[in-house]
Parts: sequence; structure tokens; C-alpha cells
Amino acid sequence: MAKQQREAGRVRDSVSPSDRAIRTRVRTYLLRHAQVFFGSLGRLSKTPFSTFMTTMVIGIALALPAGLHVLLQNVQQLSGGLDSATQISLFLKTDTSEPRTQEIVKRLRKMSEVRQVDYVSRQQALEEFTRLSGFGDALKALDQNPLPSVIVVTPALRHATPDAAERLLARFKLFKEVDLAQLDMQWIQRLYAIMDIVQRGVQILGVILGLGVVLVLGNTIRLAIQNRRDEIIIIKLIGGTDAFIRRPFLYSGFWYGFFGSLIAFLLISLAVNALSEPVAGLALLYRSQFSLSGLNATEVVLLGGTGILLGLLGSWLAVGRHLRDIEPT
Amino acid sequence: MIRFSNVNKRYTGGYDALVGVNFHLAPGEMAFLTGHSGAGKSTLLKLIALLERASRGQVVINGQNLDKVSRRRIPYIRRNIGIIFQDHRLLFDRTVFDNVALPLIISGFSSNEVGRRVRAALDKVNLLRKEKSYPVMLSGGEQQRVGIARAIVNKPPILLADEPTGNLDPELSEEIMKLFEQFNQVGVTVLIASHDLALISQMGHRVLTLTKGKLTQDSGAS
Ligand SMILES: Nc1ncnc2c1ncn2[C@@H]1O[C@H](COP(=O)(O)OP(=O)(O)O)[C@@H](O)[C@H]1O
Ligand SMILES: [Mg+2]
Repeated sequence: MAKQQREAGRVRDSVSPSDRAIRTRVRTYLLRHAQVFFGSLGRLSKTPFSTFMTTMVIGIALALPAGLHVLLQNVQQLSGGLDSATQISLFLKTDTSEPRTQEIVKRLRKMSEVRQVDYVSRQQALEEFTRLSGFGDALKALDQNPLPSVIVVTPALRHATPDAAERLLARFKLFKEVDLAQLDMQWIQRLYAIMDIVQRGVQILGVILGLGVVLVLGNTIRLAIQNRRDEIIIIKLIGGTDAFIRRPFLYSGFWYGFFGSLIAFLLISLAVNALSEPVAGLALLYRSQFSLSGLNATEVVLLGGTGILLGLLGSWLAVGRHLRDIEPT
Repeated sequence: MIRFSNVNKRYTGGYDALVGVNFHLAPGEMAFLTGHSGAGKSTLLKLIALLERASRGQVVINGQNLDKVSRRRIPYIRRNIGIIFQDHRLLFDRTVFDNVALPLIISGFSSNEVGRRVRAALDKVNLLRKEKSYPVMLSGGEQQRVGIARAIVNKPPILLADEPTGNLDPELSEEIMKLFEQFNQVGVTVLIASHDLALISQMGHRVLTLTKGKLTQDSGAS
């Protein structure tokens, strides 16, 4: 019985050691990484002021392009709503008869590209002008109403974008009763063009500031390497590999990037929060449902990922450049 | 274990620190390296630890020609060599335990194994009670013993020491040398640079004498 147990024990031992050894190795490897990972965080917390300053610089550098991106998104959303304000005014020739005009209005209403048609007769135009301008008396002096009748066409939403509206306008111009057709959206086109330029500008700014983040971090890590020169020398003396020495610095870069993006996120959230109330008030004045939106989940992940990536890149460059220079003698 | 064949070392600037050095240290042998200051003792040890490269000739350690060792492989060579310095080279922001544990952490030992081996090493140098102390709280002799514990903690087959007793009084010096003898008795190859001739002759091991970079005397060539 006792012998059997011994045998069983021996069999178990002879099978498991390598297995156990591998598991121990993996566990040790992960444990050491975790230790260095959080150890580098602990090291940063030992110099709170300089860590805060560096993180803040990175946070602001990330917040600028990301914040402008948020602003742009909001403007885009707002201008999307403005498409519905696109209108085409058709000024009819003064000699167009009333029945003919009504026919045209009917025809326009049947078009699928058209959402709404408002007709302002010459008489109505005159009354409105008199009421709004106060020059009614001057007009009375004329023996004839000089104002044309106007058909105001609001395109369906699908046809309200600058290009589609432009095509619609071209068709209306071919009507022989139409004296003048005017698209009421040049300012939206300009807005779109400006936003395109601003967007490109934000992208360029993002690249430049990203480069700045890499340089700031590279310099910070360079200083950290110099501060730990003795330690690096000793570790090299007792057989530490470059990877082992590099690790804590790379993890510091990770943390800088992580906290930098966190600060950027907070700054943007604060700004959106501070602006949302006045913006909502303004929107109310225009009877708009518009409300300011901040970063969505994807953008938050993207911001964090970018920060961490830049942090790793900066420290990787610094480590690659400076660790080689430190050799024991 | 350690073989020098016609080794020259010329430093940048043209100074010949070692000239035509030949010797062989068998596995498990213990020897002293002596000579005046500037004779090239440290340089010779640095060649073994790959802190410097020979300008000419060959250094072979444990069957490995160091000429052929790439930069990337250097750490793995050094893990087989325990090095002890006159200035201890301890990390002052870490405890005695953590200092001694460093070579094991570098090699990826598990926490259990690290604890066991560090305590065994500290026990050998008689510093078990000080494992939680910081180096500044220790005397010079104790700091040196921490350095020794760190050098032997991963049981390297070779132990090098550069003036390990340089700053210690005679009594402590002898104690440290006795410690090296103990490691030698369990099979470690030991090479100690020292100019403490009195102590060396008292120990009665092989003595290699350098004079201006040349090996001028070898009391027990093998
Ligand atoms: N890195 C170096 N560059 C130039 N000369 C050096 C360097 N290291 C040592 N030397 C010179 O080599 C000679 C031997 O030095 P060293 O090996 O330290 O001698 P020891 O340890 O026996 O006192 C000395 O003259 C020293 O000035
Ligand atoms: Mg010396």
C-alpha cells in the first residue's frame, strides 16, 4: 500500500515537474512584468511635480487637436441641419399669367426632389414689401407693381446638399417662365469649404503636436536614464540584457501616454461641459434641438491609444539612443 | 576555465596595459593576481568580464572564445561570472535583500527560488539579519559582503574580485579572503586581484604577478 503510494507519487513527480516548471516560468515572467509595470508607475509617483508637469504638457498637446476635432464634429452636425434651410427662389417673368403660374407650382409640387413649394404672388409680394420696408408710399407712386411673383422651392433633404441643389437649380433655370433662379446656400457652400480647410489644419496640428509629445517624452525618458545611470551600469555588470534594462523606461512611456490622454480627455470634457449650457440656450433661441456632443466611446479609445502609442514611441526612441552609451567600465 | 593566449590590450590613446599575457586557470583553481598599481590587474579582469576586449590574442572562458561573443550575448556570459568590486557597486535605494536578489531577477528565477537563494547567500556571508537594511546603514566590511553575496547568489562557476579588501582593515580582509576560499572549496574558480602581498603569501595559493602589463611571475603554472 505504502509502496503503491510511493510509486504513484514518483509517477506524478516524473510527469509534472517539466509541466510545473513551465507554468512557474510563465507565472514568474508575467509577475516580473507586472512588477516592473507598476514599479515604473510607483517611480513616477515619487516625483509627483515633474511627473505632473510632463503629463500636463502631453495632455494639453493631445487635447488641442482632439478638442478641435470635437468642435469640428459639432459644427458639421450643425451644418448638416442647415441643409434643410436650402431654398431656391424662382423669380417669374412679370408677364406670366396667374393660371400658368399655378400650373408651374403644381408641377413643382409633384417633383420627388422637392419637399415644399411656397408661392408668393405679385400682390402678396407688394403687401409684404410695404409692410416690411415702410416704402409702401413710394411704390404707390408707381402706376404698376414692379415686383415679380416668386416661387420658393425647398428641396427634399436628399437633394439639399450643395451639389444636388446646384443640379436642381440648373433645371429650374431652363423653365422659360423663370426670369431668375437663385440658390440660397452659397454661404453653406463656403462653410463646407472652410470646414474642409479647418479639418486639414486640425490634422496637420495633430501631427505636429504628436511629434511634440514624442520629443517631450523622449527628453523626459533621457533624463530618467541619466538619473539611473549607476543602476543601469550595475545591471549590465551582473548580466542584465538590454531588454531588461529597457523595460521600466518603456513602461514609464506607457504611463505618461496613458495619463496624458486621461488629462486630455478631462480637459475636453470640462470644455464641452462649460460650453454646453450656453450652446443649448442659443439653440433654443433658434428653436433647434442641437446640443453640444463630446467624445464618443470610439474617440476616447482612439485618444487613449494614440497617447499610449506616442508615449511608447518617445521612450523607445530615447532608450534606443541613450542606453547604448552607458556601458560599465 | 580561464585561458589567456598571447593577450595584448592597448587602450585608445596607445597605452599597452597588457603585453603577451599567457596563463591558464583550471576549473576549481584559486589564484591571486598581483602587481603594482597600474600594472594591468584590473584590465586583465575586465577582459574576462567582457568589460574590455583584447586587442590581440585570445581569452577563452569555460570553452568560449570571447572574441566570438557578440554584444547581444555579453549579458549571458556575465551571468556565469560573479564580479566583486573594491567600491562594492551596490544600489543604495534598495535593501540588502533586493541588491542580492538582482542577478536572480535578471535571470528570471521565481519568487520562491529568489527568496531561498538570497537567504542562503546572505547566510554564507553572515548577513542574514541585515536583509531589510539599506547599504548606507552598513559598515564597509558589511557592504563588501553584500557585494560578495550578490556575486555568488546565482552560483556562477567563476568568481572575480578586484581589490576586494582595498578599504578594509587586516582582520576584515582576512575574513573576506577566507570567504573566497570557502567558495573555492565547493568548486568555484576564483581569481582575486590584490596588492596585499602579506595576506596573499599567508593564504598560500597560486600567485600571478603583473609588471607593467607583462606576466612576470607565476607561482604555479599549470
Ligand atoms: N580606459 C582606459 N583608457 C586608457 N588607459 C587606461 C584605461 N584603463 C586603464 N588604463 C591604463 O592602463 C594601465 C593599467 O591599468 P589597470 O588595469 O587599472 O591597473 P591596476 O588595476 O593594476 O592598477 C594604467 O596605466 C591605466 O592608466
Ligand atoms: Mg585596479
